[in-house]
Amino acid sequence: MRKAIYMDYHSTTPVDPRVLDAMLPYFNEIFGNAASRTHGFGWEAEKAVETGREQVAGLIGARPKEIVFMSGATEADNLAVRGVVEFYKEKGNHVITQVTEHKAVLDTCRALEREGKATVTYLPVDTEGRVDPDDVRRAITDKTVLVSIMYANNEIGTIQPIAEIGKVTREKGVLFHSDAVQGVGKLPIDVDAMNLDLASLTAHKIYGPKGVGALYVRSKGPRVRLTPIIYGGGHERGMRSGTLNVPGIVGFGKAAELCRVSMADEGQRILRLRERLRDGIWSRLDEVYLNGHPTHRLPGNLNVSFAYVEGESLLMGLNGSVHPIAAAASLPPIAVSSGSACTSATLEPSYVLKALGVGDDLAHTSIRFGLGRFTTEEEVDYVLERIVHEVTRLRELSPLYEMAKEGIDLKTVAWQRD
Amino acid sequence: MAYSDKVLDHYSNPRNVGTFAKDDPDVGTGVVGAPECGDVMKLQLRISDDGIVQDARFKTFGCGSAIASSSYVTELVKGKTIDEVMAIKNTNIVEELSLPPVKIHCSVLAEDGIKAALADWKRKREGVKQAS
Repeated sequence: MRKAIYMDYHSTTPVDPRVLDAMLPYFNEIFGNAASRTHGFGWEAEKAVETGREQVAGLIGARPKEIVFMSGATEADNLAVRGVVEFYKEKGNHVITQVTEHKAVLDTCRALEREGKATVTYLPVDTEGRVDPDDVRRAITDKTVLVSIMYANNEIGTIQPIAEIGKVTREKGVLFHSDAVQGVGKLPIDVDAMNLDLASLTAHKIYGPKGVGALYVRSKGPRVRLTPIIYGGGHERGMRSGTLNVPGIVGFGKAAELCRVSMADEGQRILRLRERLRDGIWSRLDEVYLNGHPTHRLPGNLNVSFAYVEGESLLMGLNGSVHPIAAAASLPPIAVSSGSACTSATLEPSYVLKALGVGDDLAHTSIRFGLGRFTTEEEVDYVLERIVHEVTRLRELSPLYEMAKEGIDLKTVAWQRD
Repeated sequence: MAYSDKVLDHYSNPRNVGTFAKDDPDVGTGVVGAPECGDVMKLQLRISDDGIVQDARFKTFGCGSAIASSSYVTELVKGKTIDEVMAIKNTNIVEELSLPPVKIHCSVLAEDGIKAALADWKRKREGVKQAS
């Protein structure tokens, strides 16, 4: 079996070897607690943390002290939303977000509603997944304390009009948080130009280690205050207690630095590969549908519905080791993901695709390809061949494809539901 | 998701894929499930005048377990009498394919599909008798 091909970069990324090299000394050589003020072990660790802080800040145009390190973006989303709602409760209790946000934001909002601490407006998106900044403007009331809109969506790659929304929130004097996890390191971010007040970041989506992330918290114009969700030793200016993950922060910093330097060229290269994959699929298969926006889209994202082919069955074919053709030829398996219900814990198809108005029938057939730093042209060409092969094979098995080819409108069929 | 070897085998080498002419009086067709639920099975039986299943065909839109369930059931019914087909239970499929609990519905759909095909054949036969 040849090496498996990884095309699930939205899920996570491998640690860049340069990042790993930077981290290694901080496990057992420079292992001090960054909060130890009484000896060199601590001082060295603190110095490494501050370098990491500068590097992460540098990627988004922030001041280093505005970077609060924590376990990852789920924690950052929780702290941003809950921390603002609880701190500004005298001012108001209204939060505005949108329907395709990550669950870390949506579930925090739902929890705050249940606890009676917030009322939440969930803005709709258009058929390509974009929020209308005018909808944000109209939704703001004198009770609104926070607008939380992601930078780019993890499933469909749609990029939100963050700068336009930032203009609205600044004009209205409402705090603006963005879960920037998928956008950071791939798209330029400038917290001042975009009027971001809070932004969630994570290392493992940008070729850094898992288990470390950060919340950007604006220090002036306005200074953002938060009620912490974790209490203890008062680390990170009291916003996030807990001993700092020094090797993780070193890796996060190095990863951020590498992205800052290579983002423009890397984005171009990945976009070219993505378009090669898209062109290949569209030229060789009929009835394929793009989910998300054609241009306001992460360069590495391609989300496609292959009509009449259920997503989990396609994943099974692409995973390859089970496929006799793949196994016999020692073809590498392909790692992608699907919006099919069968691949989710809830047995419901993707809520993101649903929000776009994609029917459950097509949501079941969706596949997300995520291309990244280590994706090669050879891999793209191989994935294209396998996709065409598997989709063609499964369509020969599909009664829906047969009916569609006979000219039957599947929407008019009286299906016998379980 | 870990699949059993038998599911993998049926998924990779599905048996009896295809379509009989729907208007053939010896053929019963069952179409069950719905596209928005993520699985649709079309199962067809060719049944002789003395009520023996001569042959079967299927096409399935669905996950690997749905494909395997329908593929297996087409093998299971061949050579069986109508009564024997009626006695097939989804649990036969679950056991053969070692389906996990989340995939039980695939076996239920395959059982429903076979029974729908049989009912279709019976309707056609009654229509033929009434016409003659």
